[in-house]
Amino acid sequence: MIEWDPIILTFELALVTTVLLLLISIPLAYWLSRSEKKMKPVIETLVSMPLVLPPTVLGFYLLIAFSPNNAFGKMLLDTFDLRLIFSFEGLVVASVIYSLPFMVHPIQAGLSNLPSSLTEAAYVLGKSKRTTLFKVLLPNIKPNLLTGIVLTFAHTIGEFGVVLMIGGNIPGKTKVASIAVYDEVEALNYGVANAYSLFLFAVSFLILLTVYLVNGGYLKRYWR
Amino acid sequence: MIQFSFHKKLKAVGGEMRLQLDCEIKKGQLLALYGESGAGKTSVLRMLAGLMTPDKGQIEVNGKIWLDSRENINLKPQLRKTGFVFQDYALFPNMTVRENLEFGLDKSQEASTVNDLIEIIELGDLQHRKPATLSGGQQQRTALARALVRQPELLLLDEPLSALDHAMRVKLQDYILQVHRQFNLTTILVSHEISEVFKMSDYMMELVHGKVIRQGTPLELFSGNNLPEDQFKMVGDVVKVEQINGQYFVQVLVGNQIVDVPANNLSDTDIKVGDRVVVGTEILNGRVSKID
Repeated sequence: MIEWDPIILTFELALVTTVLLLLISIPLAYWLSRSEKKMKPVIETLVSMPLVLPPTVLGFYLLIAFSPNNAFGKMLLDTFDLRLIFSFEGLVVASVIYSLPFMVHPIQAGLSNLPSSLTEAAYVLGKSKRTTLFKVLLPNIKPNLLTGIVLTFAHTIGEFGVVLMIGGNIPGKTKVASIAVYDEVEALNYGVANAYSLFLFAVSFLILLTVYLVNGGYLKRYWR
Repeated sequence: MIQFSFHKKLKAVGGEMRLQLDCEIKKGQLLALYGESGAGKTSVLRMLAGLMTPDKGQIEVNGKIWLDSRENINLKPQLRKTGFVFQDYALFPNMTVRENLEFGLDKSQEASTVNDLIEIIELGDLQHRKPATLSGGQQQRTALARALVRQPELLLLDEPLSALDHAMRVKLQDYILQVHRQFNLTTILVSHEISEVFKMSDYMMELVHGKVIRQGTPLELFSGNNLPEDQFKMVGDVVKVEQINGQYFVQVLVGNQIVDVPANNLSDTDIKVGDRVVVGTEILNGRVSKID
């Protein structure tokens, strides 16, 4: 029979990842849209790497790094009592890295496309960089923020490789819906696998449809 | 009193350009920077506002130093009291007209400043609308009002009227002149429209490729020396030159009117279509009548 645990866990993971990524990506995207530093292309490349890298590669290195047998993982465990392999926290960290481009790219594109005179006008009016960012720039790239939030959420729901590598398959802890599908297929429970799959399909479809409706202005036109 | 001098290497369309400029403006004056596009006019405004840093230079505004490259003083744009009207107006699309103005308020300022400006610049009916729903002229007025919220010591206008049609342009020139006088502002206007410079400015500097080639009052510069005894002078663009029986006739576009001039002083065709000219006449037989 279908269990709700993996589905709830999937949404928890997607929600936490999205919130954290929004907080991280705004300053990062702002820096990338302004900076002319030499190291900017390097940072841009690193942010984009999850787009092309097999999830297993990322998962493998994270597994090595977070393992308590190694220095970094031991340090996390000793100082913060944080164990990042085979745990929900580990999944969150991995998801944040894995979905980074999906949040950073839309925000960066939005900020870069705003005319620079908006920023300059705010500075001449005596406003700090921070006030300008929050009162002028971000409110004018709402469609980009929405795209980033929704894509990140959807992409985290669709994660498989990274999760399997560093989370494993622990029910109620790291067994998310995509893993559950794999698990049920392995056990030849095609009916249950189908139920999970259908659910993921429907949710992803609805989420993406919302983005296109909102950003395409279809909803506005319809409601007027 | 405002004094400034700038040196800066700029990358222009035709390679590198050295911008070099010394200037002094009295309080209450309206200075026009006139020149072709690419002459460095906008860069001068940007350096005054602190949006661009000159290689070498000083700015002193009413006794305060805003910039001194020798002493390493360079106030941020936030700390210079300038009002800047951008060529594209740069209104914040997410805010209404009123919110655009209120955004400019300093913490110590009273909110009534905004109300006063909305009244003077007649934005009352528009105050709750977003910039995207306004016409070009209305956006321009909003940008002007917003630039005045902080009570700037220096108002900088970057070709503020270039996107507007003729009638709107004339109306807004009057608005700008009105607030310039009412608030006793010191204003620098960038323009490539000679009619605008004539109408608005007390003093003008003509920039060519980053250098001031001449300066003075507009009348001195464009008419004074050549045609001293004329009583009536107009500046315009030549649209047609023809020669009939040895006599030259020139059609000149002045403002939006075409004027036919028998050019008695011309002996050969050193004037061609597209030239900017001063038309001078002695009025022996003037007739003026009112239009109802």
